[in-house]
Amino acid sequence: MDLSLIFSQIINGLQTGSVYALVALGYSMVYGIILLLNFAHGDIIMVGAYTAFYAIASFHLHPLASVLLAVLVSTALGVAIEKVAYTPLRSAPRLSLLITAIGISFLLENGAQLLFGADTKSMDTIVTGNAALLGANVSYAALLTIAVSVVAMLALTFLVQKTKLGKAMRAVSEDMGAAQLMGISLNRTISFTFAVGSALAGIGSILYLCAYPQASPTMGSMLGLKAFVAAVLGGIGSIPGAMIGGFVIGLLEAMVSAAGLSVWKDGAVFAILIVVLLVKPTGILGRQITEKV
Amino acid sequence: MAMLKVEDIHVYYGSIHAVKGVSFEVNEGEIVTLIGANGAGKSTVLNTVSGLLHPRAGSVQFLDQDLKGAAPHKVVERGLAQVPEGRRVFLQMSVEENLEMGAYTQQRSSFDKDIADVYRRFPRLEERRRQVAGTLSGGEQQMLAMGRALMSHPKLLMLDEPSMGLAPLLVEQIFSIIKELHAAGTTILLVEQNAQAALSVADRAYVLETGRISLSGTGAELMASDQVRKAYLGG
Repeated sequence: MDLSLIFSQIINGLQTGSVYALVALGYSMVYGIILLLNFAHGDIIMVGAYTAFYAIASFHLHPLASVLLAVLVSTALGVAIEKVAYTPLRSAPRLSLLITAIGISFLLENGAQLLFGADTKSMDTIVTGNAALLGANVSYAALLTIAVSVVAMLALTFLVQKTKLGKAMRAVSEDMGAAQLMGISLNRTISFTFAVGSALAGIGSILYLCAYPQASPTMGSMLGLKAFVAAVLGGIGSIPGAMIGGFVIGLLEAMVSAAGLSVWKDGAVFAILIVVLLVKPTGILGRQITEKV
Repeated sequence: MAMLKVEDIHVYYGSIHAVKGVSFEVNEGEIVTLIGANGAGKSTVLNTVSGLLHPRAGSVQFLDQDLKGAAPHKVVERGLAQVPEGRRVFLQMSVEENLEMGAYTQQRSSFDKDIADVYRRFPRLEERRRQVAGTLSGGEQQMLAMGRALMSHPKLLMLDEPSMGLAPLLVEQIFSIIKELHAAGTTILLVEQNAQAALSVADRAYVLETGRISLSGTGAELMASDQVRKAYLGG
């Protein structure tokens, strides 16, 4: 296999990996703060994708305006789901919350089928063209995807590490009761976490459309599951872990495909989940609490 | 004037009746202590005052305002801070970030002065300001928990078992800090299992037994009471 082929596979892997990473971040942040595996998270991407599809194909909005709209709709949806479905269950057993999340996921998928139809909506590619890079033919869409997700991750890191709300998020995720005793509003901080996670999913939906320009009601479920695997691989609850996990899963898929085993692509991803859960359930960067008494 | 007035509160955990009609007052400028054995309901009372728990009956008034249904962050905004049992500092955050969290309800403009005050009182924290709180010793974590609470400019500071798990020398240090804070004008509500230490600093004290106040009086009175000596002071 020549080097340029390997290089272009790496770029492909990083492209899908970026999308997984952005989606995995939402899973991990929400898990970190309320210990919920938000299985409706993948479906937020679907809603974001439909928003972009209709904005571009039916309303002929400028692509940038459509992107913005998709991110706004995803964010609003994520926050609304949290307020309507999860807030009332805050002191309920965690299993009730999980079941509710699965219910919301079904609601969104079937609601989309009802509203938009069960067929796949295809659109023109948003970003066209290729660049020659190190002897390989690399699409602008791939480069844009990688660049956008790196910027989004840097922005997120800044937000979580340096801003007041970001620090409040970390405080709530470490000790909800103590955080409240500091004067941190639980409702506000949790809403904010869902908003940020869902905004990242909205960005993810656009980047996904750049790679596969089509929307369907169930598109979010496989994407969501793989991002979930990425979050678990990186260590659920860990933000850098979700980023690493996303890229690893994306690269793995690309390598499996390059080896001519593309039918085993999904299988390889879920095999990773099984191995992680058996060998190191806390993932690569799973939270280790250093406590000295 | 009663700064904090707790009247006949009943608190439940599910169907368990943990606090059964507790009433007490803390006047401005006092150190009041609630003593009692493990499981008597002391922390439950503090968490109810802080708004983490809500009483099924009875009322909590702070500065003549009813705290009924107030969320914990609103209670902090009104000037009532709690140093929780077991310290509960944010172990994965730095010392300075912990103090920033303590100042969450405050204006940014007073932050530099406030943090300088805390560092003056607890020089060890300044030495370790960039360190993650999980690497601090138990005594240092207690100082951090107290410093963090002070960042919110509390009118009333509630301390839940500040001596728990600390060596005797550190306990002494923590209590002398409590006396200093009091001398500087902070009203204090202290919950302790270490009755000896608590009664020696307290103006007034209440004994809590299985969810009820069984005895109350000045610190000196309770120290001299046979009942208290037998049960809490080792004869």
